[in-house]
Amino acid sequence: MKLGLVIDLDTCVGCHGCATACKQWNTSGTIGPLSDKDPYGKDPNGSWLNRIRTYEVDDAPNSKTVHMPMSCMHCEEAACVTVCPTGASYKRAEDGIVLVDQDKCMGCNLCSWACPYGARELDPNEGTMKKCTLCVDRIYDEKLPEDERKPACVLTCPTKSRVFGDFDDPDSEVSQLVRERAGKQLMPELGYNPVNTYLPPRNKPIVEVQEVTSLPESLKQWVNKLIAR
Amino acid sequence: MHPAFSVLVFTVMSGAGYGLVTLLIIAHLSGFTSLQSTNVLLSGTILAVVLITGGLLSSTLHLANPKNAWRSFSRFKTSWLSREAVFAVLFYPFILLYLIGIWSQGSDISGVFLFCGVLAAILAMVTLFCTSMIYASLKTIRQWHSSLTPVNYLILGLMSGSLLLMSVLSISAGKIPQELRNITLAMLALGALVKIIYLFWIGKPTGSTINTATGFTQASVRLFDQGHTANSFLNDEFGYTVAANKLLCLRALMLVIAFIIPFLLMLMADKWLITLAALLAVAGLLIERWLFFAEARHVVRLYHGDQRT
Repeated sequence: MKLGLVIDLDTCVGCHGCATACKQWNTSGTIGPLSDKDPYGKDPNGSWLNRIRTYEVDDAPNSKTVHMPMSCMHCEEAACVTVCPTGASYKRAEDGIVLVDQDKCMGCNLCSWACPYGARELDPNEGTMKKCTLCVDRIYDEKLPEDERKPACVLTCPTKSRVFGDFDDPDSEVSQLVRERAGKQLMPELGYNPVNTYLPPRNKPIVEVQEVTSLPESLKQWVNKLIAR
Repeated sequence: MHPAFSVLVFTVMSGAGYGLVTLLIIAHLSGFTSLQSTNVLLSGTILAVVLITGGLLSSTLHLANPKNAWRSFSRFKTSWLSREAVFAVLFYPFILLYLIGIWSQGSDISGVFLFCGVLAAILAMVTLFCTSMIYASLKTIRQWHSSLTPVNYLILGLMSGSLLLMSVLSISAGKIPQELRNITLAMLALGALVKIIYLFWIGKPTGSTINTATGFTQASVRLFDQGHTANSFLNDEFGYTVAANKLLCLRALMLVIAFIIPFLLMLMADKWLITLAALLAVAGLLIERWLFFAEARHVVRLYHGDQRT
């Protein structure tokens, strides 16, 4: 099994619902509370496992605002696992999820140096590294109803931009989406082979902006407006 | 990269210590007359061990959860940090046996003690190499990801070690042989050369860009919003930016303090000037190591507004 997420950049509106849901789910669970330092004060800081970064692509009038939610990509060649000296960072053989063993981590930060996507953050209170667990404590939880055994971020997304599934299964929804929409990996040149795939925005026609070009045109528009009233 | 003071002190101190102990043992076992004094060998080796130990202890200060530090020996097969930890500890029994050998047999050591000395010198350089590979193995930091990084660490470690050895020799023996002085001068020149090559090499823009980072390779991409209004761990750890003119000033200062002035001072015969040369070189290397960190730009910065690293 190669579990991971597909994130649709065409429909993500940057609402941060997935970031909030992740933060809430991880107030308990496998990696415990995500600490905040001075959350209501002047200079807050804190550990989040999912961050949405917004970019402006291309120049007007073709420009587009793209929101990119980024959490751990659960890379196949995860360097964060290779560099870890204590063995706290490991990739599960059965489903490919990369996790941090909170009992072994010594907080040396080397894994965050190795991660190109900024997936790993140091918890300011506990001194250990925390990252997206792909809600491993939800997806295998027998006590949850079958259709809720998905990561919190996937369940909460209002535009259904996040899809969870098995990339090793060619008929799964994630595999189909990647094929249909030409899903891409981020920073593939580094060779980490991230599993999480991003679906690029669809090509859409440019919305024409009507501009007044001459006096007869503007007179016609004024007359049309008068009649409409 | 935010230069952590404890890591700067660690790499410079232990680099100098490993360089000193390696050159001392090689010079001793090669038969240099001035090195055949028990005084010189003991004081030099003890100085090296103090520097190495101080450096290693300083490195543990940057851990956020030190109670698990003992586990850092466990991933020798995959992690350079683990390998460094193992070799650093493995060095100690051999250097202690060498010290016991000098103390009990004088400079004419033999048998087990001689063998331990050779191994200690080898382990010192291996440990220094492993330290440098921790940085050089990271694909995410292009300024570090090159063979120039271990070359710089080894040569600068040997350079600072050679200056310390000259200082010890001139204080305890009174004068230093011309050959050893020439070796030190050559190390200084070589150190300056590899450092300048490194500075030119990192100046060439190459590697990942914001386009490859976001996947939009056919249009311009600009950061609109990083997604949080206050700093995150990533901003604090990787967002360190120094003004370009300040970096250039520090580079010039580093070249003068770490290489040029020590070179000129080494041409003198006075033992205090030679000691000053050693101290200045170490201070200059602290600046060099600070720059090594401050000039490094992690690719995660591409997600926080940088166009290239």
